[in-house]
Amino acid sequence: MAAKKKKTIRTIPQQRTAAREQEAAARVKNFAEVTFAYDAKAALVESERCLMCPDQPCVRGCPVGIDIPRFIDAIAQKNLRAAYDVIAETNLLPAVCGRVCPQETQCEGVCTVGDTLEPVAIGRLERYVGDNAIENGWVNNPYIEPNGMRVGIVGSGPAGMACAADLAKAGCEVTVFEAFHQPGGVLRYGIPDFRLPNAVIDAEIDNLRKIGVRFECNTLVGRLFTIAQMRDEMGFDAVFIGTGAGYPSMLGIPGDSLNGVLSANELLTRCNLMRAKDFPNVDTPMPLGRRVAVIGAGNTAMDAMRVCLRLGAEKVTCVYRRSRTEAPARVEEVHHAEEEGVEFHWLTAPVAVLDDGQGGVRGMRCVRMELGEPDSSGRRRPVPVPGSEFDFDCDQVVYAIGTNANPIIGQTAKLKLDKRGYIATDDDFATSMAGVYAGGDIVTGAATVIEAMGAGRRAARSIKAYLGLGATLPGASPQALFGIPPGERNYVRVRIA
Amino acid sequence: MSAAQLSDFEIVAREDLSPATFLLEVRHPMMAKAARAGQFVIVMSHAEGERIPLTIADFDRARGTVTLVIQAVGKTTREMQQSCTVGGTLYGLVGPMGVPSPIGQARKVVCVGGGLGVAPIFPQARGFKEAGAYVIAVLGFRSKDLVFWEDKFRACCDELILCTDDGSAGIKGLVTEGIRQAIEKHPDIDEVVAIGPPVMMKGCAEATRPHGIRTIVSLNPIMVDGTGMCGGCRVKIGDEVKFACVDGPDFDGHLVDFDDLMTRLRRYRSEEQAALERWSEQCRLMAAADQKEQPAPAQAKR
Ligand SMILES: Cc1cc2nc3c(=O)[nH]c(=O)nc-3n(C[C@H](O)[C@H](O)[C@H](O)COP(=O)(O)OP(=O)(O)OC[C@H]3O[C@@H](n4cnc5c(N)ncnc54)[C@H](O)[C@@H]3O)c2cc1C
Ligand code: SF4
Ligand code: FES
Repeated sequence: MAAKKKKTIRTIPQQRTAAREQEAAARVKNFAEVTFAYDAKAALVESERCLMCPDQPCVRGCPVGIDIPRFIDAIAQKNLRAAYDVIAETNLLPAVCGRVCPQETQCEGVCTVGDTLEPVAIGRLERYVGDNAIENGWVNNPYIEPNGMRVGIVGSGPAGMACAADLAKAGCEVTVFEAFHQPGGVLRYGIPDFRLPNAVIDAEIDNLRKIGVRFECNTLVGRLFTIAQMRDEMGFDAVFIGTGAGYPSMLGIPGDSLNGVLSANELLTRCNLMRAKDFPNVDTPMPLGRRVAVIGAGNTAMDAMRVCLRLGAEKVTCVYRRSRTEAPARVEEVHHAEEEGVEFHWLTAPVAVLDDGQGGVRGMRCVRMELGEPDSSGRRRPVPVPGSEFDFDCDQVVYAIGTNANPIIGQTAKLKLDKRGYIATDDDFATSMAGVYAGGDIVTGAATVIEAMGAGRRAARSIKAYLGLGATLPGASPQALFGIPPGERNYVRVRIA
Repeated sequence: MSAAQLSDFEIVAREDLSPATFLLEVRHPMMAKAARAGQFVIVMSHAEGERIPLTIADFDRARGTVTLVIQAVGKTTREMQQSCTVGGTLYGLVGPMGVPSPIGQARKVVCVGGGLGVAPIFPQARGFKEAGAYVIAVLGFRSKDLVFWEDKFRACCDELILCTDDGSAGIKGLVTEGIRQAIEKHPDIDEVVAIGPPVMMKGCAEATRPHGIRTIVSLNPIMVDGTGMCGGCRVKIGDEVKFACVDGPDFDGHLVDFDDLMTRLRRYRSEEQAALERWSEQCRLMAAADQKEQPAPAQAKR
């Protein structure tokens, strides 16, 4: 790191560099990306704000431990390729993570600059680097020497993609099986275009194909063949399960099954994966509400609300039983939703969905809440305020209140599950079946892209050890090149593409 | 077993069973091997198509094919009736989905199929027969010229009661009349399995309820993914909510809330109607344009 003169909190640019955004009034009429990437000048200015702290709190804040000061320094040195190489050591999908990570609770949340000023915009810088890599076709493909091992991966979300990448780079023959007709998991079917354009996902999938990963879509593992068959009959030496959460929760209140009540997953899948927003030019119909109530305040809820606005809803209301500070969504998403005109009912819980007499929705009955004693999660438990029930009109209700474990793998494999039905693993991501590993939302319950990716990578490391592919070091090694620790066999043959 | 290329599934045979019902036999050796009675697939006929669930009507492990029987009712299925030809492909085909029907201890069963349920009840009837049960098939059609697979059923059933609305073949009446006759003749029926439109399955459940005969129905709600991820297929079973694609599609007919199912099936009726009209209009315009381009055929008598 060639820091010429010592930077201090007083000498750095005081304002966080703004990223250009589409105006709220215009963007609610389209599905184009809301936040524009930094340009070279903005990225340079923002990179100047990093103090290069010796104790690197941000690195510890990142679930995969990206060497953040080092990549920011490379941006400051105008060496984007080097910045990309630093990120690529640990993060497979910088263009994705830069966009969708909850940075405010991770790297940016512990950034030293943030103690006094607004923290360094690490996420935006990461996205800047990731987008440049895609644009310039940079990939760090090692020279791959096939080792004859075959690994099958179930599910093509971030967990599966990350696991596939590491194993392919180690020389395994990797096949990813996906139930949908297109790969990408939640990145594809859940997160809308205005937050994560399809082109970004396509580019990342293409990169995997380039290192030899095969994608087999239209494949429902468990039913078309079982995990045991993959191992015993199909010749896979190891299997990784990354099937994600699923099985959306319903509230269990009167009116749950009315037409017009649907899960955010259904709404988003129709809109994103099936492109029902273009109905009738595509065949999948889109449920259009004029006045929509969305229950929940996570990322899924924000995405559902903003999709409804873009589909032409006149009014979108968010109902959440806790307050704004407890909303699990990324801060930026809540902010964007507010700007776009979503009406928030904080501290409000649904009581019933009201029937229009024809099987449809006429409105919602809710009750006001207040915060009581802290619960097991440490958050103050909301309790209903007696006599505060009220009704409002709406014709569509979207549930975004979380998911339960997807049952298919559990139904069809003799795998140990935890008491909530998720796949039980040990610290090495090994399941109760020999050679079968699991990670991501199907192990932890709904979490984040970066955590799923981290799980996929750590599982890949365990699989390599299981297959006897070189000793692997615990923890992300600072010298690791392209995420491959130095001890591993093809390290010396790495060739920079 | 190795992973074959799992896209663009070839249609190897087609048969038109009636003016509105057609059969497609599609190559998918892995699925033919995995499929069990009672399971279904999700089909996407082309990249812009919708994902539609279809019950597996038959599978042939030796030929490596699965058979789907499709009733042309909406835009997607009518378009498939025109576009799906032998040698062509389906863009997407995933399955087998759902929990296979438990073909268990029943000694004497009635397999009921009506309308679009006739084909999918076939593997169940065959499965029960193979398991050693005495199988009575009750099949319902509107009239004689819509009847299909009579011989196929006769080959694997001990008795067959054919019902038509107008009495032009078999007995005159609904399948519920067939069930009544079967129960009358055989007081020792262990189980009734019914597949067909929701009203029919509801009628079957009501017909067996007083006799306390276990009645299994196969539900066909609107689906998107078929993997339990969207909840669009949720159905009310007793006081529980279940997802038909992963918890079913078979459920205890005496517990199913059929009225709820029928209401939910009408969810996209106006969109479906609009899509169908728009498509029919496009077909009409295309046909008109074709006619203009081609000189009037010489044989045309005008
Ligand atoms: C709408 C929405 C918005 C979100 N926004 C954010 C965000 O802004 N930031 C963030 O960090 N996180 C966000 N998340 C959470 C994040 O997307 C997930 O934590 C992450 O995608 C989990 O990755 P995964 O690989 O475990 O599973 P998934 O991404 O769920 O992928 C699993 C894949 O496996 C497939 N599959 C399932 N069963 C089978 C089977 N039997 N056979 C074959 N394939 C199967 C599925 O079709 C799916 O494609 C969001 C989630 C949603 C739903
Ligand atoms: S991956 Fe996420 S947590 Fe890590 S540096 Fe990037 S934005 Fe921060
Ligand atoms: S079809 Fe989506 S959960 Fe059943």
